[in-house]
Amino acid sequence: MAENLYSLPQLDVLRLPGPETIHRRVLSNGITVLARENFTSESVVISGYLSVGSLDEEPERGGVAFLTAQGLMRGTEKRSFQDIFETVESIGARIAFAAGTHTTRVFGKALAEDLPLLLEVIADVVKNSTFPDVEFERLRAQHMTSLAIRDQDTRARAELAFDELLYPNHPYRFPTGGFRETVQGLQVEMLRSFHAAHYSPKGMVLAIVGAVEAHKAIATITETMEDWKPASKYERPPLLDADPPRSKQRRDIYLEGKSQSDLVLGVVGPSRFHDNYLAAALGNNILGRFGLYGRLGEAVRKTAGLAYYAYSTLSGGPGPGPWQVNAGVNPSNIERAVQIIADEIRRFSTQPVELEELHDNQANFIGGLPLRLESNEGVCGALLHIERYNLGMDYYQRYPQTIAEITTEDVLEVAKEFLDPDRLVIGIAGPKTEEG
Amino acid sequence: MNTKTQAPVHQHRLRNGLTIRLKEVHTAPIVSVWIWYRVGSRDEYAGLTGVSHWVEHMQFKGTPNFPAGALDREISRDGGYWNAMTWLDWTAYYETLPSDKLDLGLHLEADRMVNSLFDLPEVESERTVIISERQGHENEPTFRLAEEVQAAAFRVHSYHHEVIGDLEDLQSMTRDDLLQHYRRYYIPSNAVLTVAGDFRSQTLLKKIRKEFGALPSVRPPDRLHRREPAQHGERRVVVEGPGETPFLQVSYHAPPADHADFFPLTVLDSVLTGAASLNLFGSGISNKTSRLYRALVEGEIAASVRGGLAATSDPFLYTIHTTIRPDRSPESALEVLDREITRVLEEPLREEELIKAAKQARALFAFNSESVTNIAFWLGFSEMFADYRWFEEYPQRVEAVTVDDILRVAAKYLQSSNRVVGIYRPQNGQGNG
Repeated sequence: MAENLYSLPQLDVLRLPGPETIHRRVLSNGITVLARENFTSESVVISGYLSVGSLDEEPERGGVAFLTAQGLMRGTEKRSFQDIFETVESIGARIAFAAGTHTTRVFGKALAEDLPLLLEVIADVVKNSTFPDVEFERLRAQHMTSLAIRDQDTRARAELAFDELLYPNHPYRFPTGGFRETVQGLQVEMLRSFHAAHYSPKGMVLAIVGAVEAHKAIATITETMEDWKPASKYERPPLLDADPPRSKQRRDIYLEGKSQSDLVLGVVGPSRFHDNYLAAALGNNILGRFGLYGRLGEAVRKTAGLAYYAYSTLSGGPGPGPWQVNAGVNPSNIERAVQIIADEIRRFSTQPVELEELHDNQANFIGGLPLRLESNEGVCGALLHIERYNLGMDYYQRYPQTIAEITTEDVLEVAKEFLDPDRLVIGIAGPKTEEG
Repeated sequence: MNTKTQAPVHQHRLRNGLTIRLKEVHTAPIVSVWIWYRVGSRDEYAGLTGVSHWVEHMQFKGTPNFPAGALDREISRDGGYWNAMTWLDWTAYYETLPSDKLDLGLHLEADRMVNSLFDLPEVESERTVIISERQGHENEPTFRLAEEVQAAAFRVHSYHHEVIGDLEDLQSMTRDDLLQHYRRYYIPSNAVLTVAGDFRSQTLLKKIRKEFGALPSVRPPDRLHRREPAQHGERRVVVEGPGETPFLQVSYHAPPADHADFFPLTVLDSVLTGAASLNLFGSGISNKTSRLYRALVEGEIAASVRGGLAATSDPFLYTIHTTIRPDRSPESALEVLDREITRVLEEPLREEELIKAAKQARALFAFNSESVTNIAFWLGFSEMFADYRWFEEYPQRVEAVTVDDILRVAAKYLQSSNRVVGIYRPQNGQGNG
């Protein structure tokens, strides 16, 4: 709303990432490289993703995408596991790969002087991983331990129950790490064939930000990565629409010996491509994030004193991710907490937010931008966001105006479209109460 | 060295005793304001455990000038964020804000140093929130184990209990207990104000004088100080609970952060368990070439191992945490760990290991100096046990450590008679011994 602009933070938008400072090149093998210089730090960060994730695995092989990503650094044709980590750790650098649902994240950080070495190792492990047998067995045993810990974690179990109920016929119901029974059944050959079939430069995006001249950074990536040719012509089939339950659903998981219960409550939310996504994000901030958790924090923590945390999250990825509320409460307070949260969701989805709330949250989004973009990691995240969702190089420079134009009607419209209080899905994990 | 770390630190002290450390960083229009109080869980008697942390929560419940919720709105409205933390030796509050909102951070910290309300309904509402926080911790086997190890390590010193406090005390503490604690410790002479970011020091100093200069001048309170006697003989604790995964925690009594042995022990930790992050807000680097990772994880006994040497004002603990594979026992992990400790005691480290530790320290120091929030954190944190130069000289002090230093501190601290061994034994799995 133009009449609100005077009260919102005024940013020098030309200091934000934009077409003047973002360098972009698409390599001949399909890798997109984005670079921005920042000579106020001594470090350089590389962050990006490959177009491979748990969506590409068969359910009975749950965990194969996760273990393949973890296994990349376990050995290549020319380096052993210890050689790889000796190279990385001896320069105080960090490289990590992590599989998600849609993509596999790549992350590297080092002193700028060590960028060539950092990139050489990243390129080597992405292209030439061999997944040695002995390393696979170790990795799987470590992951089985993590899954045993997950089975005792109230928050993780509530999330799993929630996902299973919310996505009955959709791949989002599966956790990216798989299950103990699926991971136990994996063989090293499955990782090797998954890597061969799905790891490809096509669709890969790398952002590089730090104390390196952009053209040199892009040249170094080109030298190390452009010779990687796609080995397979695999195309991921289109993602199914979510088909959430038509009525309220709830699942309680009992874990003995615990003191607190975790609950997850929510619906299928909009994807990042939804026209009204930013209105949903702003609304979510009002509902369960602003200050110490927005309206939910006010109702559940401050007023009722029921929980140490109660907040909402809008996943906002490329698909129909969840819009959910998480809270940790004493088992005897679960019913009260669920009721308070459901009441807040009903209010949010049936009545417009107050104009003052809207302005506060618009100011929070706009004013917070320089803080979010202070670090090299933050700028990398912004560049990847622009690329992944095709938002345009000037997205962050337009962002203050875009946010300022969101109205209370926009927020209500998107809340009504997604947050149906009569179709909430609830997952709870914790100890049994005396009442059972 | 980059532009953020080479700017000088401006040091001041107001007449009422408030210590001030300022560092200009003009790379982004952001500031971070921190206020540190020399009060933490070590200042608590039995019956009042957790009072420092609870007072920290009450500092967000409003003053006559800023009713509950108003502060939150003021900070968040312009995109800022704020939080607080309580630890063994200190309690700290911070706001990271657009630089044109710097005055707000100063104003609210000066205000809540003396004007917090402690309304009874708010105290009672927060009681259940804090109990919920503790119950969330109790869900974690590693918390339950750490709490028992800490209690076993400190029979006399008030590092004996966890910061969150004992449930018994959280249920019985009164508003008056909280208020008394607040009034005793929240005074300028017991506080350090640190600011890093986009400001001019001389202008800022005038503002600080205006906000804090009129606050009362009171002598700082004496700290609770009961020296822990030397331990004679290994102590062991076993915690039983749900799950299938055993955990092993081995904690050695260790020197305080300003002691000459602290940096050699830091390097030794780096060799044994990997370079730890210096920072409360970021991750460090992997530790897969560390000696204990190779022995325990590659040795197929553990799923992970991590070490940590806490920077404290009194002697605390150097701790090695190990997550054991469900099909292995904590005792087998302890055997391997002891073998590696013996190796350190008997064979000098290789020079390459020291060079690697020094490079890692330099990189981590750079990574941890990249945000104004981290810089202001370090300015204050190091003042809690030494002074700000402790952090500024960190890479050089790591680099100065010699092979002989390592041998000396290993022999002095890594003796079984100087440690507590804690075992979490899961009740529904293998690995029970």
